[in-house]
Amino acid sequence: MTDLLMPTEKGFYCPPGDFYIDPWQPVPRAVITHVHADHYTPGCGAYTLSAASEHIARVRLGPQANLRLLPYRTPVTFNGVTVSLHPAGHILGSAQVRVEHQGEVWVLSGDYKTDPDPTCAPFEPVACDVFITEATFGLPIYHWPPQAAVFRQINAWWQDNQSQGRASILYGYALGKAQRLLMGVDPSIGPIYTHGAVESINDAYRTSGVDLPPTAYALEAEDADWSRALIVAPPSARGTRWLTRFGPQASGYCSGWMTVRGTRRRWSIDRGFVISDHVDWAQMLGAVRATGAQRVLVTHGYTAAVARWLREHGLDAAAVDTRYRGEDEAS
Amino acid sequence: MRQFAELYTALDATTKTNEKIRHLAGYFRQADPADGAWAVYFLSGRRPRRAMSSRQLAEWARQLAGVPEWLFGECYDAVGDLAETITLLLPDPGDPPAAESLHWWVEETILPLQTMDEDQQRALITDVWNQLPTRQRFVWNKLITGGFRVGVSQKLVMRALAAISAVDRATVAHRMMGDWQPTPAFFSGLLAEETGDADLSRPYPFYLAYPLEDDPAALGPRENWQAEWKWDGIRAQVIRRQGQTFIWSRGEELVTDRYPEVTAAAAHLPDGTAIDGELLAWDAEVLHFSLLQKRIGRKNLTNKLLAEIPVALMAYDLIEHAGRDIRGEPLAARRAWLAETVAAAGSDRLLLSPLVGGSTWADLEAARQNSRAHNVEGIMLKRLESVYKVGRKRGDWWKWKVDPYTVDAVLIYAQRGSGRRAGLYTDYTFAVWDDDGELVTFAKAYSGLTDAEIREVDAFVRRSTQDRFGPVRAVTPELVFEIAFEDLRPSNRHKSGIAVRFPRIVRWRRDKPIEEADSLATIRALLR
Repeated sequence: MTDLLMPTEKGFYCPPGDFYIDPWQPVPRAVITHVHADHYTPGCGAYTLSAASEHIARVRLGPQANLRLLPYRTPVTFNGVTVSLHPAGHILGSAQVRVEHQGEVWVLSGDYKTDPDPTCAPFEPVACDVFITEATFGLPIYHWPPQAAVFRQINAWWQDNQSQGRASILYGYALGKAQRLLMGVDPSIGPIYTHGAVESINDAYRTSGVDLPPTAYALEAEDADWSRALIVAPPSARGTRWLTRFGPQASGYCSGWMTVRGTRRRWSIDRGFVISDHVDWAQMLGAVRATGAQRVLVTHGYTAAVARWLREHGLDAAAVDTRYRGEDEAS
Repeated sequence: MRQFAELYTALDATTKTNEKIRHLAGYFRQADPADGAWAVYFLSGRRPRRAMSSRQLAEWARQLAGVPEWLFGECYDAVGDLAETITLLLPDPGDPPAAESLHWWVEETILPLQTMDEDQQRALITDVWNQLPTRQRFVWNKLITGGFRVGVSQKLVMRALAAISAVDRATVAHRMMGDWQPTPAFFSGLLAEETGDADLSRPYPFYLAYPLEDDPAALGPRENWQAEWKWDGIRAQVIRRQGQTFIWSRGEELVTDRYPEVTAAAAHLPDGTAIDGELLAWDAEVLHFSLLQKRIGRKNLTNKLLAEIPVALMAYDLIEHAGRDIRGEPLAARRAWLAETVAAAGSDRLLLSPLVGGSTWADLEAARQNSRAHNVEGIMLKRLESVYKVGRKRGDWWKWKVDPYTVDAVLIYAQRGSGRRAGLYTDYTFAVWDDDGELVTFAKAYSGLTDAEIREVDAFVRRSTQDRFGPVRAVTPELVFEIAFEDLRPSNRHKSGIAVRFPRIVRWRRDKPIEEADSLATIRALLR
């Protein structure tokens, strides 16, 4: 019996349904978990993705792309294979893909988290026979602190920078992380500005009904007092000339990678804030358990370690080579 | 302990010297003297004797965390630091009720480890791990494992202490020298206006020279400068006070007992004398540093060893004369007193550093080129008017070293670094061609590449791995680097038959194919 979802050089393929999930080369029919760059490619014939991701998908895929928008938990069929999308809690519109054929159920999680996030629908466990999981933070050293505490740290850092007359540059991935940060910080502390890459996604989030606090595009701000401001920027802005306009400044970086002191120091960041859009070790094991799956495929991150751990705990688990990258693999 | 952990976090969050001093000063200003003393102790790089091995700590932590050995290894590779790996693996107990201070934690949970057996140690450490919240646990782990690196030097600590007291930096530096105990009285004494109870053995802070990189002609007229050989030994201060002799190494270790011949010679010095000089293996002429190394670590000195490798002090400065601190006098005056003092002692274990002649810079350059023939590392240039300063200062003292040897070698093994370089392949092993046309391991080197180059080599290592031996990856021989080193000796412990000193990467030779890397025969020819 062949597998319902098979890793190929273009991405996961469903032979009876004749479609791909998150392909990295153009294909006729693509089902997309979410529109982070490592999970979609331009040029596909048709994209099936969650209705909630409509506006951000338009920013990323353009007005011409053929989108087939699917509300969560609404089944459609491809050649007799039933496909439905279920909230993954990773970013706005992110989905797990449930695939059912002849009584067998597979779920591909894409990227997911179980921590609460006011910008997107919460992760829902989906019962299945085979679960395909990510393992970005698949080591027991990764253990997320309570978010409220992290946001208190960010607010305190911002205020401290204000008292020292420094602008606060806060780095987070432009799609998803940046908006989650905007929802979490205390906007009464001072004005919030954004990098262009963040601002265009903010518009799409607001159109989608996410109630972000007011932000202003930093390039258009005139006579701004940067020393009181929080500036939210993507990691790619680090070390660029764009930063010079803000004068004296301190940098903060929001990522699960900030757990490890060496990473923060290597990236030359003043402060690291541990806040991730992925599951930590315990959350991942909990999510795997909640599916009831007896077989688990591990796609990216610490794949070998997670697969080995699951095998030692009685599951049929293997690592699968993919091109997914996990959380902003800047270096 | 919470304040100290917060200090650690704040220091760790900035690379700016003034910010670090601001945080240190803020801590010291409010610290209980008992805590301040321990903070000075740890931040200036001191540490208590380590009571447990890394292996034991790792084992206890992984059992407490319920993690198998292989997974602990994976975690350690991702983190690159044992104290931090342990901290991250154990659950965070949240804010503890106990708000004990730094000195309590050190005196009640760290020092007692030294006299406990293994079971007691394990019980105590497990208990601490279960109590302390993450950030404090990390700092505590750093305290018990040593390696307390947070970008703070003894110098920064001194600057912060001087900033919060009426005492100048040089005085604080002097008070922090030598063999002190981290007691409340010590901390208060550091900041006090005048203590008047100077420790009999207390040495002076060493004045250190900067490397000279420019043309010496830029230093002005030759006649304003004193030139001496740059000896390759151990910097030391020999002190004679109230009929007692103390020999201090630059690492502020009291090494009087290790060099009985020098101690005996120093008995002929008058009370109130402090000489700055270099300990050398000396038998009518200087012997190679590798011989001195056999004496350095040795506490149990046999007559045979003392006869085979006798040690002498090459004296080059006098900083206390007739009980008076003469650091403020010009070098020319100090040198004259030094010459008298050494001559009066009349011992062949106490030598006056000879001046290197030549009336022009060109003469000195010629002498420098000839350094290796004299078994020295180059030339020291000291302004005749210079006072004896504290620490490494530009302007008056320069070390003008002979150019290092360089060799082009091929990268063949790589291993991940630790700390800031955790996760990246940054520790490299290089090879050269042997007589049979095979690549043979020649040296290991860590530093010298830029961050961008390190990332590039890291990517190369990952895609070119041919074999793995534990943490070590064997890579396709493809990249050539220029390696510099100070010295080389025959060695039967090295596969190449040669040991080199201070190897480091000078540059990546992207222009060279591996066939053009150097051969062992070329390197052997460098052996004197």
